[in-house]
Amino acid sequence: MSSAREEILERLRGALKDAPAVPDVPRNYRTGVDAPEEERISVLVDRLEDYKAGVTVVDEAGVAPRVAELLREASSYVVPQGIEEAWLAEADAAKPNRRRNDSRQAPLSVADLDATSAVVTGSAVSVAETGTIILDGSEGQGRRAISLIPDHHVCVVRAGDITMILPEALRRLDGTRPLTWISGPSATSDIELERVEGVHGPRTLDVIIVRS
Amino acid sequence: MSTYLGMPTLPVYGQGNLNAVESFPTAARRELKNEQLRANLGHATHTIRDKRLRVVGELPDWEDLRDAGSAVKESVMARLPELLEQFEANFTARGGVIHWARNADEANEIVRDLIRAEGVDEVVKVKSMATQEIGLNEYLEEQGIAAYETDLAELIVQLDHDKPSHILVPAIHKNRTQVRDIFLREMPEVDPNLTNEPAKLAEAARAHLRRKFLSAKVAISGANFAIADAGTLAVVESEGNGRMCLTLPETLITVMGVEKLLPTWQDLEVFMQLLPRSSTGERMNPYTSLWTGVTEGDGPQNVHLVLVDNGRSAALADEMGRSALHCIRCSACMNVCPVYERTGGHAYGSTYPGPIGAILSPMMTGIKSEENNSLPYASSLCGACYDACPVKINIPEILVHLRSVDVESKRGTRKVPTQMDLLMKGASWAFSRGRNLGLLEKGLPLGKLAAGRKRKITKLPGIAAGWTQSRDIPAPPAQSFRDWWAKEHEGSAAAGTAAQGEKRS
Repeated sequence: MSSAREEILERLRGALKDAPAVPDVPRNYRTGVDAPEEERISVLVDRLEDYKAGVTVVDEAGVAPRVAELLREASSYVVPQGIEEAWLAEADAAKPNRRRNDSRQAPLSVADLDATSAVVTGSAVSVAETGTIILDGSEGQGRRAISLIPDHHVCVVRAGDITMILPEALRRLDGTRPLTWISGPSATSDIELERVEGVHGPRTLDVIIVRS
Repeated sequence: MSTYLGMPTLPVYGQGNLNAVESFPTAARRELKNEQLRANLGHATHTIRDKRLRVVGELPDWEDLRDAGSAVKESVMARLPELLEQFEANFTARGGVIHWARNADEANEIVRDLIRAEGVDEVVKVKSMATQEIGLNEYLEEQGIAAYETDLAELIVQLDHDKPSHILVPAIHKNRTQVRDIFLREMPEVDPNLTNEPAKLAEAARAHLRRKFLSAKVAISGANFAIADAGTLAVVESEGNGRMCLTLPETLITVMGVEKLLPTWQDLEVFMQLLPRSSTGERMNPYTSLWTGVTEGDGPQNVHLVLVDNGRSAALADEMGRSALHCIRCSACMNVCPVYERTGGHAYGSTYPGPIGAILSPMMTGIKSEENNSLPYASSLCGACYDACPVKINIPEILVHLRSVDVESKRGTRKVPTQMDLLMKGASWAFSRGRNLGLLEKGLPLGKLAAGRKRKITKLPGIAAGWTQSRDIPAPPAQSFRDWWAKEHEGSAAAGTAAQGEKRS
């Protein structure tokens, strides 16, 4: 294998024998946009609704009732290790034996997840301008599989984690963590380039934005 | 930067699905007769153009992002060997395994061996241009391994035993009713009352692939970006089929061209603004996954990356054309191309159609491969592709460059001069002296004769026939403008000056 490696690198060095200059990268694009929380929230709501996601904006105390409401029809739901327990208090109390806990140490099987109707997670950071919620697999967000297989994803976003534009968000992330960027429910534009929501990923995405 | 001290080497070209096997005009003539295809393509390309313009117009710094993207890619090409080594070190340090493939055959064999090592005979695949290019599916089938495409458009194409015709929407040439018919014919479990609503069709695809996703042991993907300073790979997608493939199987094999690197994590902020808006015309695509080697307890535990040259080093060696390797496969150039819009992607033969394919394919294979020298002429040089390109590849300029490479490549090989050589020689003689041109103009009445009573020349001989293929030439006048001028101004100063000028020359 190493011979292919050496040969390819040698070919590439040979191709660059004219020693082309390495240009400076002009970064005149926006790297941050200052905006008050209400504005960041309203832009994010607008974008997510455009993607056909469900969105509600609540205070901290409003999370638990909203989660319970969204999970009313769910026969079961999975939550990652480290999830804010207060968010689930009402849902857990409403109907017993629906909750399944998942962690890297004690993961649910793919079949179990397929038989689970919903998932509740937190999120690492969100981008208002593009309607993007980013999960990085840390506490309260869980393994990538749990936010993928159940058909209904309830995702809680804290207003303090919302940035206006993408460069600000990437600065808050560790690129070496397993990252999932979510911009609405799964969708396709493969038939006549018309966007249709709901393919292999969760067909319903409900976002709960929590004001600071 | 180290200076290259090795022996000068000939470029090593790529192989696989990179060739036009018939010349572009021949293929285009056939495709143009397919009215359904033209209607489907016209509808789809205009839909996406409008969407792209809308979301690009929203960003006040779109041109700044393009400038940054272009410069980042230029620096990647200038530093490619060193960045590959940096990426390799970071990816490997986190448990990933890197394989290098000189060409398509070698890449295919590596993937086959990795699949066999897992003891399986089927794999799920997320859409990847690199694996189309190397013909991986066909190869695996020969080797007794079934590769299931999971992207909706790729699935449509695979079920129909067809070929992709667009790099982003491989089934762009099919309309919803055609898709419904394919599903009814090829999916045994599908509801016979399936309608042609895109939402119903997407639901049928979900049901069809669900069990495959949940049970797959091995997945194969491409990659949109590889970040050198982090060792991170990125896949940009919409449907969640990518997440399924990248998350659930035990083994993940990614196949990627060596040029797909970005130097730093920060560069991703540029490209993840440029790519979604340019490709699907969305502010952001529904899903993007990033992974760096292996994450314990989350996702595949055997993570492989096959780095493929297959003609990229040859393209890099072309100083005038190497920026073709900046391409991030967004497909904006084909969506705005008046030629692509009418002929569709199949006319280009190669995995890479449209304006970018017309430069990339012949650069990767060499201009003399199959009929690839016809591709640089598949353009009116209108420049719409350059305007749309998020990384500012000057496609028209490279097209013209490759046309000259084509002409040069023919010069040395034939003892007998070509028609073009003779024409050019003739033109050089005619335009070198006024007297020579005057002599030639004496032949004008002959042209009038050839035009006949219709006063039109509808067919020229030899290579000039290309000109009259879709246009008529009006009958030439009985005398040339210069003759007319000389007669009109006989004895006057102007005529005298002209005559003097001629004497002097």
